[in-house]
Parts: sequence; C-alpha cells; structure tokens
Amino acid sequence: MKMPRLLQAVLVVVGIYAGFILVFDYLLGQVIPSSLLSMYMFFVIAGVFMVYTYTEESARELVAPIKALVEDPGKKRLRNVVFIIVPLLVAGFTYQRMSPSFEAPVELRSIHPAPPATVKAYGKRFNLATLENPFRQYEKSDPDKFRALVREGGDIYIQNCQYCHGDKLDGRGPYAAGLNPTPLNFQDVGTIAQLQESFLFWRIATGGPGLPKEAAPWISSMPVWQDFLTEDEIWKVILFLYDYTGRRPRSWEHE
Amino acid sequence: MTINSPRSNNRARRVWLAFLCLSLLLILFAIGLPGVDGGLAHAAEASTSDVADAPTYLPAPKLTAADYPTIKGVNSRIAVWLAAQLHLWFAAFVLAVPIFVFIIEAIGMATRDKRYDNMAYEFIKVSITAYSFTAILGGLLTFLLVLFYPHLFQYMSTIFKESMFYYALLFFLESATLYLYYYGWHWLQGEFRKWVHLSLGLLLNAVGTLLMFLANAWVTFMMSPAGVDPAGVFSGDAWAAIHNFLWNPINLHRVIANIAYGGSIVGAYAAFKFLSARKPEQRAHYDWMGYNANFIAISALLPLPFAGYYLTAEIYAYSQQMGITLMGGVFAWLFIIQAVLIGTLFLSANYYLWCGMGRSDGAVRYHKYIKYLAIVIVGAFLVWFTPHTLVLTNEELKALGGPYHKYLGPLGIMPAKNTAVNIMILFTTLSFIFYRRANKVATVSWASAGNAIQIALFTAGILNIFFLGIYHGYFTNTVYKVAASIPQVLTTLTIIVSSTIIDSLMYRGAKEVAPLHWGRVSDRSQYALFLLAVAFTWLMGLMGYIRSGIRQHWHVTNVFRDASPDAFTPGLGYAANVVSVGTILFMAMVIFVFWIADVSGRKTPTDAYWKTPSA
Repeated sequence: MKMPRLLQAVLVVVGIYAGFILVFDYLLGQVIPSSLLSMYMFFVIAGVFMVYTYTEESARELVAPIKALVEDPGKKRLRNVVFIIVPLLVAGFTYQRMSPSFEAPVELRSIHPAPPATVKAYGKRFNLATLENPFRQYEKSDPDKFRALVREGGDIYIQNCQYCHGDKLDGRGPYAAGLNPTPLNFQDVGTIAQLQESFLFWRIATGGPGLPKEAAPWISSMPVWQDFLTEDEIWKVILFLYDYTGRRPRSWEHE
Repeated sequence: MTINSPRSNNRARRVWLAFLCLSLLLILFAIGLPGVDGGLAHAAEASTSDVADAPTYLPAPKLTAADYPTIKGVNSRIAVWLAAQLHLWFAAFVLAVPIFVFIIEAIGMATRDKRYDNMAYEFIKVSITAYSFTAILGGLLTFLLVLFYPHLFQYMSTIFKESMFYYALLFFLESATLYLYYYGWHWLQGEFRKWVHLSLGLLLNAVGTLLMFLANAWVTFMMSPAGVDPAGVFSGDAWAAIHNFLWNPINLHRVIANIAYGGSIVGAYAAFKFLSARKPEQRAHYDWMGYNANFIAISALLPLPFAGYYLTAEIYAYSQQMGITLMGGVFAWLFIIQAVLIGTLFLSANYYLWCGMGRSDGAVRYHKYIKYLAIVIVGAFLVWFTPHTLVLTNEELKALGGPYHKYLGPLGIMPAKNTAVNIMILFTTLSFIFYRRANKVATVSWASAGNAIQIALFTAGILNIFFLGIYHGYFTNTVYKVAASIPQVLTTLTIIVSSTIIDSLMYRGAKEVAPLHWGRVSDRSQYALFLLAVAFTWLMGLMGYIRSGIRQHWHVTNVFRDASPDAFTPGLGYAANVVSVGTILFMAMVIFVFWIADVSGRKTPTDAYWKTPSA
C-alpha cells in the first residue's frame, strides 16, 4: 500500500529533525543550539511543503487526509479526538514557553565589537584605520629579528595571557571555566584571522572597560593591558598570536 | 494615426531628431556641469590665476540639540526615515521598469510579436502612478529635511549645490520623456516612429540612471566623505565629493537591485491581475506576464549577491569600524534576517518555476529531479543564514564549553556563505533549464553529447566552487579569502552563460512534445510572486537602514556630528518595526497603484445618465 503523502511529509520532517540531533549532539559531540535548530526546521518544513505541493495532484493528495478529517461524516469520532488533542497540545506548548523559569535569559552577544575610529592609549591618540604593527616589517626584511620578537611575544603571553586564553591559544586556560563569556579562542577561524592587527592592539590595550557603548553589556573581564604592558610588548604579543595559530592578520594587500 | 504619409513622416523625423539632439545635449551638459567635471578644470584654472577669488567654505557646524527644530507629536527621525524609504522604494521601481520595458520593446521589435509590445506598455502603465508617488515623496523628504535638519541640508547643499540644481532640472527632462514615452506609445508605432519611440526609452533610462547616480553621491558622501578636510571644510572640488569611495559600489548595487525589485513588483501586479481575472484568456495573459516579470527579477537577482559582496568589501576597505559594525557588531543580526529573506527569494522563485512546469504535460519527465534540487537549495540556504554568533542557552553554553561551535562556527563566516550562495544560484539555474525543456525534446544529433557537456560543466564548476571556498576560505589569509570570491563568481557566471548557450543551440528547432498552456498554473504559485515582492521590499528597507545606520552618531562620518536627540542607534526590534510599518505602507500604496491601473480600463454604462443628442 502506498503511504499517504501527508504521512510521508511528516516523517521526512521528523527524520530531518532527529538527524540534526543525532549528528550534532551524539556523533559530533557538539550540541546544536535550539535557536538555530528552530530556524533550520522552519525552512526545512518550507522546503518539504514546496516539494509536496508544486503539482496539483501532489498538493491535493497532501491535504486530502486533512480535508477528509474535517468533511467526512464517517470520521466524526476521530475528528472530535483530534479537535481536542491539537488545542491541548498547543496550550501545553504555549504554557511551557511562557511559564517563568530560573534559567538566565538567552544572551545575544556580538563577537566582534566595532572599533572606534581613534583610540586613546598610553596618553596618545591612535588612528585605528592607519595603525600598523611596527614589527611586522621585519618578517621579510630581517627574519631572525622577527623570530626573536615572536619569541619575546610568546614569553609575554605565557607570563600574562595563558591563564585565561590557554597555552594552546584555544581559550581554555586554567581560569577559563570560571568566566562567562569564556575567553576568546584564537585558533578559531572566526576570531583573529578576521581582524587587522590594529583591532587587536585596541582590544588588548584598553581591555573590557574600553569596549564601545553599543551592544553593551559586554561583561568582559579582559584587563586594561596598557596599565601592565608597554606598547611594544603588546605588538610583540600580537606577532606571537598570529605566528602560533598560523593565521595572517587581515589586510588589503596581496603578499 | 496608423497611416503615415511620407511628408508627415519626414516632418516627424525632423522634430524627433531635433528633440533627441536637444535632450542628448542637455545630458552632456549635465554630465559636464560646472562644478562637477568641468568644475575640476575651472578649479585648476582658478587656483593658478586667481586664488584670492576662490570661495572659502566653512567647517561642518558643531550643533547642539537646540539646533534641531521640533514639532510637537512628530518624531523627526521616523518622519524622515519613512519618507526617505518610501521615496526610495518607489524610485527603485520607476527607474527599473523603463530598463526592462526598453528591452521588452526591443524584443517585440526584433520578433515582430505584438504581445511583447502590449506587455511593455502595460508595465510602463503601472509605473506612471508610481512615478507621481516618487515625486510627491521626494518633495516630502526634501521638506522634512529642511524642516527638521536645516543645518545638515544647508551643509550638504553647499557642497552639492550644482548637482542638486541640475538634478532638479533633469527631473523635468525625465518627466517629459516618460510622459512622451507612455502617452506616445500608440502614436509612435510603425517603422521609423517605433525607432523614435525606442530611442525615447533609451533617453528615459539614461536620464533616470543619471538622476540616481547624482542622488547616490549625496548618500555615499555622508558615509565616506571626500573633497572635505577632517573639519568638514569643502575643498571646492565637487567631483571629488561626488566620486567618493562608496559611490560606484552603491551605483552598481542599486542598478542591479532596482531591476530585480522592479521585476518583482510587476510580477506581483501580474499575480494580482491573474487572481482577479475572470476569463481564461486573461488568466493566460497575466500568467505569461507574471512569468516574464519573474524571469526579469531572477535574472537580476542572480548577480545581486556579488554586487552586495563587492559593496560590503569596499565598506570594510574604507573603514574597519564600519565593516565590523555592519557584519560583526550591532547590525550583525539584521544580516541574519537579510540572509533569511534572500533565501526566501530564492525559494519562492524556484517554487514558482516548479509550479510553472505544470503548464506543459512534458514536464513530468523532470519531476523526479525536483526533490534533489530542493534538498540542495534548502541545504545551501541553511548554511547561508547560519549566524557567526550563536544564540545559546546557558545549558548549551556549558555543553559546548564556550560560545564557539566547532562545526557550526566555520559556517558563520563569508567563505561558507559565498560557497552556499553560488550553489543556490547554480541550482536555481538548473530549475530554469528544466523549466525551459519542459515542453520540448532536442532533435539535434549531438543532444546526448550536449547533455554530457552540461553535466561535466556543472560538476567541475561545483567542485571548483567548493575547493575555492574551503581551501582559500579556511587555509589562507584574509586577503586571499576575500579574493577567492571572485573566481567563485566567475565559475558560476561561466556555467550559467555556457550552459545557456549550449541549451539554446541544443533546443534550436526542438520538437514540441506537449504545448505550454498559459494560465494553467496554481494560485499558490501566484502567492510566491507576492512573497517575492514583499520579501524584496522588506529586505531593501532593512538593508537601507543598515547602510544609513552604520554612520551611527554622525550626519557625515567623522566630519559632521549628529547632535539631535535621536542621535542614537535604535534597538534591532525598534528598527525592524519601523521598516515593517514602512513596508506595509508601501504595499498599501502599491495596491492602490495596481487598482488605479485596473480602474483606467473599466467602463460603466451611462446611457441612462446622458442626454441623447437629438438627430
């Protein structure tokens, strides 16, 4: 017997939903966020609807069981059951969504704060659009000097930064578990690889208190490093961050 | 009027040639207007010969909240915002319609198929009322700017005084050409007259585009000012101010987007007429019209993501601050809505094509492929809108050990998006190829070889797109990551162009196996056309807000500070609500435009009302 198309469609949707959970939560071991899953499922349902309704016959077959349920006098008992169960399910779902809980509200956080045009640090004003790492030039002109600078940057990192950002620069330092949001993972392709060195200088020099007012609260515990490190030390740490992760700072010129 | 005597033809020829020459002269004059191109030369001469006479300009004013006039009960920002947005929606529509009306008219002339001429006329008819709305809303916007932001208007008009003056003059030429083009449609028929009419269409488009480019210069100057010093003192070089960093990226983006948008609005008009048609021949006509409008919208939609990407890359290149505010900062979530709406456009366009295959019984051969197209398009769409910053509950945050998702995180950045959008575009092209083949069978001897070439082309292209996206996107530095989008686009365009050429050659003289029945299409497909128009409108509103909003608390970025009480970036929900209200207002006005176009064809019997003339 041919399976009714409505049942087929429902099974496809349920199958895809279960597939997302199975693949992400169990096979890959990284949960799929519920907010994203609901967005995904909305468009999966739209896609399934499109496939099942683009021909007249298929659309008719899809809605036939629903039409029969509403119109067929022989389905009175089933109709009454469905008409009681469906509103109860909707009510139960609504209640569940609306009832207060002890769960902290979901936070919508921007990963990259937008930098100001200029920034004040070390008693000077820096133009972030034109600011460049003064040591970057040695990468080509004097590789030995560059290596030495990177090593110095590594030492500064290990002495100051690894407690939070981790000795593998993956954001999993010894103190990371105590922080929310967790420290930045520099290995991630979406962090320093996306940014110019001037952005990193701004973030390190002015820390959490230097974050812009927009998109607040940032709840960042990043210290204001200009109080502890020199300007050159910050630039050396930046060299180290890119060198260790194998990333290149964002630039507009081919190398 | 249909009989043309040689004498009247000659006279008409002379009149029209004179008119065209005059119009072209006016355009050339406008392009070389003093203070713009010519101004450069004048400025150079002036600097050498008579520096003392050079005008001196004041810096951008430093305002306080008291400098902004208010009217009790009126929120000045929302008033300007809505007026500007409504003006832009209508302007986009009325600038786009003449572009494809011109093309359709030319197709009609080439094929001598009257249906194209009738359709082109009906399209331009719809845009006539919309043209009035554009002008009214433009006037309203100017009044509101003068009223609520007088210092800003004064500053802008000091810099752009020439272009504003010629803009106003060009508007006369635009109006005159449009009215001649529309009201002269049935008059200017036949050999030479038709060419005159087509030339008028060309002139109309040239003037319209020039008008838009001038207005774009003012808008982009506010984003990426040029020709002024850091204090906002104007150098006197108007061309530098016009030709600012973001002018051309916006010009390109708006021209393409306008065509897509115009196509979607006339598609909605055709759907409106189709759904209200009573006779089968009317349904057939409006089905055909809707199909053509959708074709125009989709043809322009396909290159649009690339133009958008170019614009955004240029914004990043101009200012890291603007770029990050745009896509990583406060506006990032509006970009997710944008991605969802663009995906919706692709889904509804494909659905319309699949439904349209029902017009021919021969389409059954291709039904088995539709589900695979749907899987790929929806799959690519999911990647396209996966956000970089995930919204996580505390439990999810704990389970992941931080806000970064090992597998979904990489989908949040541009290489994944670029790959996904190229795949979506290619599979939409496949939908179109299937649609075109629905009622035909190729009869050329090399048909199977042609199919094999097309399959090879698509396979190689898709592999190349994936390679470029994955290798350059994740394993090289940012400059190559951004640059890799260009070969990706070129791959997609190569596939589209070559497969279209191969398909046209293969299906030349093809056997028709089942005729196309225009009008035999479901009502559902017409709602897909409405969805297309609404999604476009909403999308333009949201993106327009972002484009303007990334200036944040500046009237003119880093030069002229906004000190009004509204100089804050509103919350995303608030902005989305304003844009949604604007969309509803615009849609209501568009329905009025459709209704008016419909009313003009209605006639009420009046025999009992009027006195019968005595014999």
